[in-house]
Amino acid sequence: MNAREPYVGRRIKRTEDPRLIRGLGQYVDDLRFADLHHVSILRSPHAHAKLTSLEVSKARSANGVIAVVTVDDLDRAAVGDVPCGAVLAGMKKPAHRPLARGKVRFAGEPLAAVVASSPGAARDALDLIAVEYDPLPSVVDPETALKPGTPVIHEELETNRAFDWSVSSGDVGAAFKSAARVVSQRIVHQRLIPCSIEPRGVVAQYFPGARQLTLYTSTQIPHLVRTMLAGAIGLPENHVRVVAPEVGGAFGSKLNFYAEEILLAFLAMRLGPRPVKWIETRTENFAGTIHGRGQVGTIEAALSSDCRILGVRYRSIQDLGAYPQLLGPAIPTLTGLMAAGCYKMDSILVEVTGVYTNQMSTDAYRGAGRPEATYQIERMMDIVAKEMGMDPAEVRRRNMPGPEEFPFKTATGLTYDSGDYRRALDRALGLVGIEKLREQQRSLRDQGRLIGIGIASYAEICALGPSAAVPAGGWESATVRVEPSGKVTILTGASPHGQGEETTFAQLAADFFGIALDDVAIKHGDTSEVQYGIGTFGSRNMAVGGTALLRAMERVVAKAKPLAAHLLGAPSADAVTFSEGAFRAAGKSISFAELAAAAHRAASIPEGFEPGLSATASFEPKNFTFPFGTHICVVEVDRETGDVSFLRYLAVDDCGKVINPMLVDGQVHGGIAQAIGQALYEEAIYDEAGQLVTGELMDYPIPKAHQCPRFETDRTETPSDVNPLGVKGVGEAGTIGATPAIVNAVIDALEPFGVTHVDMPLRPEKIWRLMQKEGTS
Amino acid sequence: MIPSPFEYAAPQTLEEVLSLLQSAGAGAKALSGGQSLLPVLKLRLAAPEQLVDLGKVPGLRRIDAEKDPIAIGAMATHAMIEDSAALRAACPLLPEVAACIGDRQVRNRGTIGGSLANADPAADWPAAVLALDAELVAAGPRSAIKSIPARDFFQGMMKTALEPGWLLVEIRIRRPGKGGSAYQKVRQSASGFAIAGVAAMLEYGPDRVCKRAGIGITGVAQNAFRAVAAEKALVGALLDEKRIGAASQLATEKVDDPLSDIHASGKYRLHLARVHCARALRRAAGLSANP
Repeated sequence: MNAREPYVGRRIKRTEDPRLIRGLGQYVDDLRFADLHHVSILRSPHAHAKLTSLEVSKARSANGVIAVVTVDDLDRAAVGDVPCGAVLAGMKKPAHRPLARGKVRFAGEPLAAVVASSPGAARDALDLIAVEYDPLPSVVDPETALKPGTPVIHEELETNRAFDWSVSSGDVGAAFKSAARVVSQRIVHQRLIPCSIEPRGVVAQYFPGARQLTLYTSTQIPHLVRTMLAGAIGLPENHVRVVAPEVGGAFGSKLNFYAEEILLAFLAMRLGPRPVKWIETRTENFAGTIHGRGQVGTIEAALSSDCRILGVRYRSIQDLGAYPQLLGPAIPTLTGLMAAGCYKMDSILVEVTGVYTNQMSTDAYRGAGRPEATYQIERMMDIVAKEMGMDPAEVRRRNMPGPEEFPFKTATGLTYDSGDYRRALDRALGLVGIEKLREQQRSLRDQGRLIGIGIASYAEICALGPSAAVPAGGWESATVRVEPSGKVTILTGASPHGQGEETTFAQLAADFFGIALDDVAIKHGDTSEVQYGIGTFGSRNMAVGGTALLRAMERVVAKAKPLAAHLLGAPSADAVTFSEGAFRAAGKSISFAELAAAAHRAASIPEGFEPGLSATASFEPKNFTFPFGTHICVVEVDRETGDVSFLRYLAVDDCGKVINPMLVDGQVHGGIAQAIGQALYEEAIYDEAGQLVTGELMDYPIPKAHQCPRFETDRTETPSDVNPLGVKGVGEAGTIGATPAIVNAVIDALEPFGVTHVDMPLRPEKIWRLMQKEGTS
Repeated sequence: MIPSPFEYAAPQTLEEVLSLLQSAGAGAKALSGGQSLLPVLKLRLAAPEQLVDLGKVPGLRRIDAEKDPIAIGAMATHAMIEDSAALRAACPLLPEVAACIGDRQVRNRGTIGGSLANADPAADWPAAVLALDAELVAAGPRSAIKSIPARDFFQGMMKTALEPGWLLVEIRIRRPGKGGSAYQKVRQSASGFAIAGVAAMLEYGPDRVCKRAGIGITGVAQNAFRAVAAEKALVGALLDEKRIGAASQLATEKVDDPLSDIHASGKYRLHLARVHCARALRRAAGLSANP
């Protein structure tokens, strides 16, 4: 057998794409059921109001309606609350009923659910529910939420302050006292709407005889949803099956457990075996699926005269929204832990306060806390460079740890696994041709054109993570099932939904077993098919799930070797080698497929060999991984209109070993596009009454293809030692690195106007007004 | 996203359409490409009792670019106009404007007549028909036909000169003489509608003296309008940078109450209209967009 080129490391097109681009994917809404009933949910139009009456009898008797439920029905059935999995020490946590009881706390909060024989009948019946509200003043601004005299959203907590959290090391006070220069900047990380193209959707079906509930839901974490759902509705976990079919994007918004999932399960149990279905509308998705970011803080840095960081202080307020969703309170703690970025510093103090407001909950959105951390430290590095008259690249280089300092202990107590930050920085500067670029910038500026160059270096935290440090456990599982024909079925506990593991896991397996890529099938998302696992988030699939797969494959080979020895007439399994798809010993060989057949036929097996050929393994990582890189962005600002256009965008990322460069590029491209969204366009705007003004895609601008420049991507490769694959993760790096690179570029372009900071999004009018106000210097 | 219940009819003749629109009165709505109407229905922001689909009426979906005036049926889609080689030769402003609307899927369904009759203050076509001084032909009860000049057609936010029971059936455009045209548009970043859109049509000879000027501006006021003062400042003058700059300053003279929302303030819209008026005029005059 000729050794063929390994699949790993090749630019292989995603094997999942042909079905997706031809419309053959099966999303929740595509699943077909007999006797399906439809659910429509009544939501509060008010952000903050007492419920004085909720009258559903007219809706109950409407044509086609078979049930209308309110919180009273949930209470009678002892249905549990929507859980929060990240209750920080000392945190004040309100009860979160799946349907509002007595009071509504954000516009869009569910009040009642209608089940009817058609989607139209369910929707029409909503208009027959009579609700009386006693509106209360709304609390929208998170800083105002903390002020005395502000209305309290959860009376039982007596305050809107949910928690205070901090992390520190060194003597920050002394650092600021002895500093040659102190800089400070208030920074707003605006609220964003994740906007997956497929909204959420749930179908639930319950068979009363078997007491078996199945919930089809568009989620990133089917196993965790099963555990939480069983708890909320009082069914044994082994009577609950959760299926995540094709999931059309999530970006963290489906790393959650929602009221609607509990509600649909409850309705299914009441109406079983009739299946019930709810597909989220875009309006509901904007109002009732978690938002991202929503942090406002001030960062201060103390610097020595040679521009070394002596200390950093960051105080921020995290807008949690009305209720803490699954991981919401943990997100700003990730900001805190990553606040030192890719830099050395003698001391740090991060203090985060979480507050409740009359808005949708915030939670994980691509990057989840790290974009905030990177953005503020990278803005700070540019401000430092301007203040001290230094090259922004040099300020960064000077404060980066050298490659010999890894594993590197950060000021916030993390241990960065591996890295060579200056190499990525220098590579980016070299590829972009920084010296020539600066020259061009100067000469174009002389002609009145506003050219800006923005640099951002980052280190981020991936491969979540050691179980002790992750709310639900951070391990992952894999089963490798070799079929009698030698085809390989892999069951992963992760739940890919766009990341491409059906391709990359197959690359690993095909190389490992010496078989064709087509001979590997990857299964995921169905808790009754796949062993328990954690799910997909925090750029963890390859680093944690891929390693579990590797372990399971090793077990399969270890199990196969005694059989191979037996069949080849070798004295023991130790004499057998496995490579290029064949077991070899004593000058003879047997192919992987032949061995698989023999293992299942079991007509001739050695003593103690259990027929069949499969293995399950799980992997518990001992640390997170820490990808890094440098992004450089070049923009031009239209002097007359404030419009920003991209001239170049270059990303040098280091995500450790690369399994499939094409998929890594794809993740970086998508990440940068979402960063463009935050930097230039997106902002979830609530008005003073708590109404979501950007309530539809007509008003909430996600970036389109024509708004993105050509992305130049490049890499350095520094393997991680946290896992045997040497991989780190790349799902979020683009978003993390690009947001500050873009903003730094725009602010650099505005240097002639004396602008040192502008809060995102950098919409043209904001820039135009700054240019009007400041005038050219 | 389910609309309130409604009756649906798709008549085969214009007469049937008009009689249905007449009999159903205010509860009736004509359905053309549906790109504005259907989202509004789905959000239940409107709940007409009767939809009258124009899709089966013969003859409304056509472009006749050979004649003078050019005639475009109300049901011609944006994509048909965008792709029309004959229009590109006869009146290039129309394909240029068409290509700026929404995305290709929207342009494949949406129609010029539907857009004009809807009179969204940020739609693109109103700017074009104003700049071209088009005639909008409407059909009404008892086979009545009337022609409404574009400058009289737009009468406020989503309001037109079309009376109840009348239907826009054709757009007639005098073939522009020698010169140039351009459309400059600033898109609202989410919807793609115009925050400011300026269509300019200039007729001039080799001496670069302006014989005729048409400037239509959308996205800025309650309805699209003609920048009459700016047009007057150009006619008879040499089309140079100085004159174009001065004329553009007059572009928003009559707008007292500009649109203002989270995407752009009134002040910024007015500024953009003047900046892009200059850019459109420069391009129409064969100069580069930026001075």
